[in-house]
Amino acid sequence: MMMADPGSNEEVAVIGNTDITSTELENNIINTMVERGTALLRKMEINVAEAEKRTGKNTVNIQETYTVYLIETRPAEAVPDGGTPATPDTLWRRYSEFELLRTYLLITYPYIIIPPLPEKRAEFQWHKLSADNLDPDFVERRRVGLENFLLRVASHPVLSNDKIFFLFLTEEKGWREAVLETGFQDKVDSRLKSLNAMFRVKNPDKRFTALKQYSDELNNVISQLLRVRARVADRLYGVYKVHGNYGRVFSEWSAIEKEMGDGLQSAGHHMDTYAASIDDILEEEEHYADQLKEYLFYTEAVRSVCRKHELIQYELEIAAQDLAYKKQQKEELVTGTVRVFSLKGMTSKLFGQESPEQRESRMAALEQSIQEGEEMVKDKNKECQEFVRTAWEDIERFKEQKDKDLREALISYAIMQISMCKKGIQVWSNAKECFNKM
Amino acid sequence: MPNSPSSMVNQYRLEEDEEPQDANTKDLFITVDNPESHVTAIETFIMYRVGTKTTRSEFDSSEYEVRRRYQDFLWLRSRLEESHPTLIVHPLPEKFVMKGMVERFNDDFIETRKKALHRFVNKISEHPILSFSQHFKLFLTAQDLASHRKQGPGFLSRMGETVRAVANSVRGLRSRPEEFGVMWEYVEDFSNKISSVDKVTQRIIREQKEHLDELKQYGPTYTQWAGLEEELEEPLKGVAGCVERCSKETEEQIHHLSEVLVPALHEYVLCAETLKAVMRRRDNIQAEFEAKNEALASKKVDQEALQEEVDGLADRVEQANNVLKGDWSRWQDSMRTDLKSAFISTAEKNVEYYEQCLAVWESFLLSQKEEPGEQKEEEDAAS
Repeated sequence: MMMADPGSNEEVAVIGNTDITSTELENNIINTMVERGTALLRKMEINVAEAEKRTGKNTVNIQETYTVYLIETRPAEAVPDGGTPATPDTLWRRYSEFELLRTYLLITYPYIIIPPLPEKRAEFQWHKLSADNLDPDFVERRRVGLENFLLRVASHPVLSNDKIFFLFLTEEKGWREAVLETGFQDKVDSRLKSLNAMFRVKNPDKRFTALKQYSDELNNVISQLLRVRARVADRLYGVYKVHGNYGRVFSEWSAIEKEMGDGLQSAGHHMDTYAASIDDILEEEEHYADQLKEYLFYTEAVRSVCRKHELIQYELEIAAQDLAYKKQQKEELVTGTVRVFSLKGMTSKLFGQESPEQRESRMAALEQSIQEGEEMVKDKNKECQEFVRTAWEDIERFKEQKDKDLREALISYAIMQISMCKKGIQVWSNAKECFNKM
Repeated sequence: MPNSPSSMVNQYRLEEDEEPQDANTKDLFITVDNPESHVTAIETFIMYRVGTKTTRSEFDSSEYEVRRRYQDFLWLRSRLEESHPTLIVHPLPEKFVMKGMVERFNDDFIETRKKALHRFVNKISEHPILSFSQHFKLFLTAQDLASHRKQGPGFLSRMGETVRAVANSVRGLRSRPEEFGVMWEYVEDFSNKISSVDKVTQRIIREQKEHLDELKQYGPTYTQWAGLEEELEEPLKGVAGCVERCSKETEEQIHHLSEVLVPALHEYVLCAETLKAVMRRRDNIQAEFEAKNEALASKKVDQEALQEEVDGLADRVEQANNVLKGDWSRWQDSMRTDLKSAFISTAEKNVEYYEQCLAVWESFLLSQKEEPGEQKEEEDAAS
């Protein structure tokens, strides 16, 4: 397994074994998450075992078809030799419930980079792959993606302790009500504000600015990579499939030849094998694309943490600005100079000086306001510092995770290419043998 | 002719694993190379150098070097076909430029044509009958071919032959001997199949070229990503390097297909047309005989003279048939050898292609095996 311990022999074995399949490697990544040992994962194993089609009436009473996913949880105990593992607890969830969970997490932990969900609709497809949401291959890949999402949350040092997440895994009925009861909806407006608003921060935090820029650039480059990869896959598919025509023609040609016939015919079979082999090759590559897509979607989560920080920073600046203004007002009141325009001040000028009592009460109100303002600034400052601290902790954790996962993805890609080459060598060596018999 | 056709054919009937030409018996070595542009007031054309080395006694010298243009090759071939109407004379590369090419004589076109012309003369030199043709000797040795070209059957007599041939084909054949019926069927099937294989190969090349175009954008995207990263920079650059090297291999593979398999297939597509022409000529010879034979049966006038003519034509038919039968198996062996060799070469190149790509990706994996942490540990252990 790919663990932090660099001296481990197992690590060398994993990379050295070029026969390992990419799904095995993917499982290695998932197993690593499990081994990272949050309290939750020490307690339970989590699987998204199946997917099923359901039909039912939706909220506007229209019949619709949707897919539900079976979540299995079982205690993470070692099974004795010869013993059967405990039967898991199960419940069904549909995609929209996963979305609700994620929204809840986004709002409740704004300083955490929340793991993304697999894509709702198929994108970056090369033409042979279906873009249909109900296509079994797409559903299967989504099942894997949802399991991945749950494991990412379950292995997160902060998120894994969340009660609502725990209920998502264990309480089928009543979960939706429990989420709504948390009142996270109230914070939604603030979140929308942070995502959509165009405000200017006076002293931006350089680290967050750099992070946001990196995240945007990463988003662009991975999008581009996925697009080009899909086009390469398309073309490669074409090359392989045309060789199938050799199969057909050689077979027909062999029928009219005497000496050449056998050699041609058997060579033709190998051409058919060659043409057919591309289907599995490209299906495996989809796993690689999915790994890239996960990090493409992660960039959006990073971006939203940066934006949230910007909002908090902005609110702090506004509060500080507000306090400064009030202090100035007080100063003017004390010294009698009017530098700051106030309606009360003007009217008292026009209509005569205010009485000492009026002045006293105004002063008291200002003092109160200033005190509140100082409290506000103190709170906002604390909030900001706390946000920065917790966010950077998670950002460092994320960076390490990203570097490790993507490096493994590249390695698994190399392994896929090697497998494809080995198949090619096999087929063409066989074909050469047949041609030799012509 | 030194020997009868059938005995020559026996000498050249090929066993399974024999070389097409026994190194010991080959006594005529020809090369076509060195294309040079030749400019006159009227036209521009290419002259090729045709170099000959021989030990044959019919040749006055053992070495010759002449310059020939495409028209000269055309002349040679039509002379050979005229002299031996039912021998299978290897085809020449096409006269006209393929559509899609702007320049009439770009380098690729000249190079391809030159290679095909080289193959043409070598096929003739390997032919047991044609290689001893006087026209061939002239072609290889005469410094001024143009003066010789003016001699020989004139334009009008060639026209006459064509008219007769057309007339006879309109009249139709009484009955084709079964073996030639079988041959006809084979030729038509072969023509279809070889054209299909040719088309499939062209399509593969097209698809690979488009694949290559996409690969050329793929590598640079990894490099671009590497520029954003720290820890990931090295593996990303590694992958970019692998993709780029595999692109080069793909380019070479396409080149090999174009240089080896396509010309071989193309030649046999043209051969199929040659075979059809040979079969038609044989049919015409038979038809001519049949026509005169019928006339003999009906007319009473001048039977003796007509009988002589008919006998002559009957001999002609027999000779044409025997010559064709003999040459037919020679051609089939030659076809089998040529195409077998082209297919083997293609398969070998493809194996090589995948082996190269495999090595590239394996060395990347090896580079990822040594992690910075591991390397440091090795250094610490060593110190």
